[in-house]
Amino acid sequence: MTTYNDFVIRFANVNGSGSASANGMFAKALFRMGIPVATRNIFPSNIQGLPTWFEVRASEKGYLGRREGVDIMVAMNAETYEEDLASIVPGGFLLHDNSQGGDRRLNRKDINDLGIPLSKLVQSEFEDPKQRQLFKNIVYLGALSALLNIDFEIITGMVSAQYKGKDDLIQPNITAMEIGRSYAHDYMDSPLPIQARASEGVGNRILIDGNAAAALGAIYGGATICAWYPITPSTSMAEAFEQHASRLRVDPDTKRKNYAVIQAEDELAAMGIVIGAGWNGARAFTATSGPGLSLMTEFLGLAYFAEIPAVLFDIQRAGPSTGMPTRTQQADLLSAAYASHGDTRHPLLFPASPKECFDFAASSLDLADRLQTPIIVLSDLELGMNDNLSEPFTWDDERCYDRGKVLSRESLEEISEFGRYLDIDGDGIGYRTLPGTHPTKGAFFTRGTSRDEYAVYTESPEAYTANMDRLLKKWDTAKTIVPTPEIVNGDAQAGIIYFGTTAMPMDEALDRLSDDGIHLDTMRLRAFPFGEAVEAFIDQHEILFVAEQNRDAQMRTLLVNELEIDPARFISILYYGGFSISADTIHEQILAYYTDHNLPRLKEVQS
Amino acid sequence: MTYVSKPEIHHPLLKVNEIGLNRRNYEGSVSTLCAGCGHDSVSAAIVQACSELSIPPHRFLKISGIGCSSKTPSYFLGNSHGFNSVHGRMPSVATGANLANRDMYCVGVSGDGDSASIGLGQFAHIVRRKINMLYIVDNNGTYGLTKGQFSATNDLGSTSKKGAPTLYSPIDMVSIALQIGAGFVARSFSGDKRQLVPLIKAGIMHKGFAFIDVISPCVLFNNHAGSTKSYDYVREHTEHVIDADVVLPHEEITVDYEPGTSESVNMPDGSRLHLNKLSNDYDPFDRVKALSHVQEAQERGEVVTGLLYVSRDPHDCHEILDTTDIPLNALEESVLCPGAGKLADLNQSFR
Ligand SMILES: Cc1ncc(C[n+]2csc(CCOP(=O)(O)OP(=O)(O)O)c2C)c(N)n1
Ligand code: SF4
Ligand SMILES: [Mg+2]
Repeated sequence: MTTYNDFVIRFANVNGSGSASANGMFAKALFRMGIPVATRNIFPSNIQGLPTWFEVRASEKGYLGRREGVDIMVAMNAETYEEDLASIVPGGFLLHDNSQGGDRRLNRKDINDLGIPLSKLVQSEFEDPKQRQLFKNIVYLGALSALLNIDFEIITGMVSAQYKGKDDLIQPNITAMEIGRSYAHDYMDSPLPIQARASEGVGNRILIDGNAAAALGAIYGGATICAWYPITPSTSMAEAFEQHASRLRVDPDTKRKNYAVIQAEDELAAMGIVIGAGWNGARAFTATSGPGLSLMTEFLGLAYFAEIPAVLFDIQRAGPSTGMPTRTQQADLLSAAYASHGDTRHPLLFPASPKECFDFAASSLDLADRLQTPIIVLSDLELGMNDNLSEPFTWDDERCYDRGKVLSRESLEEISEFGRYLDIDGDGIGYRTLPGTHPTKGAFFTRGTSRDEYAVYTESPEAYTANMDRLLKKWDTAKTIVPTPEIVNGDAQAGIIYFGTTAMPMDEALDRLSDDGIHLDTMRLRAFPFGEAVEAFIDQHEILFVAEQNRDAQMRTLLVNELEIDPARFISILYYGGFSISADTIHEQILAYYTDHNLPRLKEVQS
Repeated sequence: MTYVSKPEIHHPLLKVNEIGLNRRNYEGSVSTLCAGCGHDSVSAAIVQACSELSIPPHRFLKISGIGCSSKTPSYFLGNSHGFNSVHGRMPSVATGANLANRDMYCVGVSGDGDSASIGLGQFAHIVRRKINMLYIVDNNGTYGLTKGQFSATNDLGSTSKKGAPTLYSPIDMVSIALQIGAGFVARSFSGDKRQLVPLIKAGIMHKGFAFIDVISPCVLFNNHAGSTKSYDYVREHTEHVIDADVVLPHEEITVDYEPGTSESVNMPDGSRLHLNKLSNDYDPFDRVKALSHVQEAQERGEVVTGLLYVSRDPHDCHEILDTTDIPLNALEESVLCPGAGKLADLNQSFR
């Protein structure tokens, strides 16, 4: 029986062997055929020589989370061969270079052998050793197009577009692809029973990585300054910002830049630059990952107390620099929420798709200005660095930036007295002034908390306490303006709470659970602090699962701590192995809970 | 109509500058530093310099790190915004502030602990980036605010108040600034107003990064016999190289210094920097010679003061980045946001 548009293919390559572009084209071809795809780069902290994997999941149903088990393995790395072989599902396919001859399935006779003499084929066609290496990737791409029945013209079209202007590169690439394609046609059972076919599944969606999306959102949101220090997986966000800005933010007449990007000397400086810029009225952001966040915490504290707008993107990865820096996790939650010294708390945003990276990048700049405080957007490697299917970006031209409470020269003229930290509106947010606004009014000296409401130096306990209490009031205001959770409420007894990329496999997990008679209401958290809707959802459900990608159940801690809820009410669904959480994990853990606790399932009730 | 005759102006503080302000308009709140602290003299020199330059006080940014020295921006330019930031990190905050609005003058004040220890990395990098600002280090060879620990600018063997000698070699901020390529490098002494005020004026008018290392004795912890940053030591071991004065475009050239040749440099706004050579073999345009001159003097236990180096062709970070003339914080939403139409094209490019 042939199945269409439902497979996981994994390419096992050696880092630096030039496979990325061929693999990327493969995924894009499926996407252009209208098939929903998800891509995952699994790469080492290394530039050349170590193993790297690229996984593509095609799913007509639109299941885009990670799924265990590989249907087709393109095994191009001798070093990981055995491990790669083991990951293939029974009945799956192994594509490999059989130039040395022989069936290389070893003990896996339950899988199908797709041997192609890649080295021999390139050897006879190309002279240059470098080309030979590169075109091996292109040959297997050609073979796959035949095996999976991928529209060949889509791929050749992509080659022509990719090498536009470098015509001498187009022909050899197409030749290499044709070699693979004819080999598969002539010597293999093409196409396979696993196939691709044109679909309407993609609709008008786009394929983009979360970091590029966030960078574009920052442009649309009016960020003019980006200060950063290279760290995987956040680097591509700063680079994308510069790239987008060089096209979208250049003065049409003078050709000069309406933005500034500074690659700082470290993350402390990156955050300092953002804070200096925010203090002086420019929208600024930085992008980093866990270790960088650690270095920025002193500045985050100052910005919290001195009430300075700032935006920080933390593209989370697994632990320290010698942890698993190229793997994904949601494990910076607590260190971001309470970053720094003293009583500090920071609003967090949890994007779950490139569209939300775009939206939250723009709205975080508004929130930072409105709340006069750092806003941390918690993305992760899974979302940030992989091409993800996403709703297209939208922008309302009627929308106006919310620059928050900033007094102009005219309003300074009108008011009788200015007090930077006076809570005039009762929302805990004072009015600020920007340097240079007025010759005699509105200047103030910015420091932490050793000041009164007029920004005059004091170490009085009353002034300190009053200020700290006002900051709490501001926190309450934040609850009412940060993005609300996405809730699907079907009056189930149990609910599941999750956020960020844990959303990716959720639909699939829920469908599988529902097949098992377990129906869950869902709440996808989109921001911290938690507003009323979050509390209501928790109140409404007897059994509550919290799914997240860290060991210590950090979101659960945050919910327990902030909403003063009995910890026993939350059941943790955890995965922290460094890949993204799969539907299998969520499904198995919840099923096990139901079984262990003899909880009724819908099917049983009905029977 | 009644005529009230204006009171006659006697006091020099009340003499008005070209924009009708007197020195009081450039002062800040009352200092809370120790009586006799060198840092207060530096603040006073900043007040005088800014007033003489006739720049409206609200056009300045004052940024500092943490320390007694870093508190001082409270004590000058009360009508300017100031930011007492994080220990050792003033350079990054100043960088962000300057990127946000290139039209503001920026004065940064730091200490030797702030800039030569915890902030040495940021100091080096702000020099490289040529942020348009005057960066002053109130150098007292000690951590005043944490009560007298050694700082990294202490000369080897100089002693603490209790007599313990410094064990490690010193960091000379001036040499570092010269080496990395600051466009304006000077050293002065808080007790030498005649030299310091013109240097501050020149530093403010300099385009790009201007650095002044001001030896500024700490009367509490570093003004004793074994210290090389005490009032007495510095007075006895100073060699003046170059005096400077800024001559504003519309001002008569009235500078008249001691004998020796003089040179003038055009400043970006049309004003001229007037240099007066006191030491015949000193060339303030030669960075490499300046570096060796400073280091040779250091070997002899002498402190060279004055304008050590000024670039004939100064640049600043905005020029390097090629940012627009309009301050980034003043760009309109219509300029910043590419709009929905453009976004439709962008979406298409991701298909
Ligand atoms: C991160 C951090 N570490 C330590 C301190 C404590 N501290 C405050 S001021 C200071 C030294 C200041 O020395 P310097 O910059 O020379 O200024 P001075 O007081 O001598 O003018 C230190 C270590 C701090 N504020 N922050
Ligand atoms: S301790 Fe030293 S540096 Fe600090 S105020 Fe007193 S004299 Fe000045
Ligand atoms: Mg000091």
